[in-house]
Amino acid sequence: MRLDCPPNVKIIRLPCTGRIDTIHLLRAFEGGIDGLYVAGCLEGECHFLTGNLQAKRRVEYVKGVLKALGINPERLQMYNLSAAMGSRFVEIAREMTERIWQLGPSPVRTGKGREV
Amino acid sequence: MVVAEQKPLEEILEMIKAYDQLIVAGCKGCVAVCAAGGEKEVRFLASAIRTARKMEGREVEIKEVTLERQCDPEYVEQLRAFVGEYQAILSIACGVGVQYLAEHYREIPALPGVNTTFVGGAEKQGLWTERCQCCGNCVLHLTGGICPITRCSKSLLNGPCGGSSGGKCEIDPEVPCGWQLIIDRLKELGEFERRYLEILPPKDWSTSRDGGPRKVVREDLMK
Repeated sequence: MRLDCPPNVKIIRLPCTGRIDTIHLLRAFEGGIDGLYVAGCLEGECHFLTGNLQAKRRVEYVKGVLKALGINPERLQMYNLSAAMGSRFVEIAREMTERIWQLGPSPVRTGKGREV
Repeated sequence: MVVAEQKPLEEILEMIKAYDQLIVAGCKGCVAVCAAGGEKEVRFLASAIRTARKMEGREVEIKEVTLERQCDPEYVEQLRAFVGEYQAILSIACGVGVQYLAEHYREIPALPGVNTTFVGGAEKQGLWTERCQCCGNCVLHLTGGICPITRCSKSLLNGPCGGSSGGKCEIDPEVPCGWQLIIDRLKELGEFERRYLEILPPKDWSTSRDGGPRKVVREDLMK
């Protein structure tokens, strides 16, 4: 395959996306991150049964919070893919990178007020 | 428990816009259980406020604190050591907590971060429903353990109204008719004939809200 992820994507590994709490997602934006995506297992294939479904709900909740704060909720996404889908993983990393390039730096870093 | 839900973030941000040093005070009681005002929610709300301020290029200093209970003076007193360093307290306890903070710390405002909604319980994770309206004169022994004041939309005392249809209330097809629940329960208990045919007299509402703020006195516990 020999596909490269864009170098700007930093991977934080977790045992399961069900471990993700809303505060983890919000704190990343508080720290000035431009974009963030959660890559969970395919729906229905969670080793812990519902971890990825819980993560999905939490991502949706934080998207609502970002919107209320004036940060474009598109900066946060949830994707589902299996450990065997390497090319899809790279595709998502590139897709997300492209999306964030278009949105520009986070308003938290620029201090220019609400973007949405 | 007292069930509350967080106010919209926009409303909170508007409320605190004049302040740059802020205490966000949670409560480990009811509001922690209903995920509106516990330690976790304090962290989340403080982070959201800091994020909003960073976007305006304006610093905010937030002290995050969660008291054992905000409805007891000895716990409320625990803010005393540092309250003078801040301009306002944003409490995410129930309305009681906000008022206790306001009464104790008269030099700075106490602001509500949640809407106190009702007295109820958890039906399942993430869903809380109302069970008690604190009428001060409980009739649950007469109604099969189901409260007609809370569960009947009209708080009727002697059976359902004409709006009861298929076991549901006319206000919303999702809402069960309180009196249908009571009747079903009384039948289960074998008490239908005895209880339902007994006409309840008009309720004494003097124990409810019409007499102003209520109080409970236990002299045996007083010091």
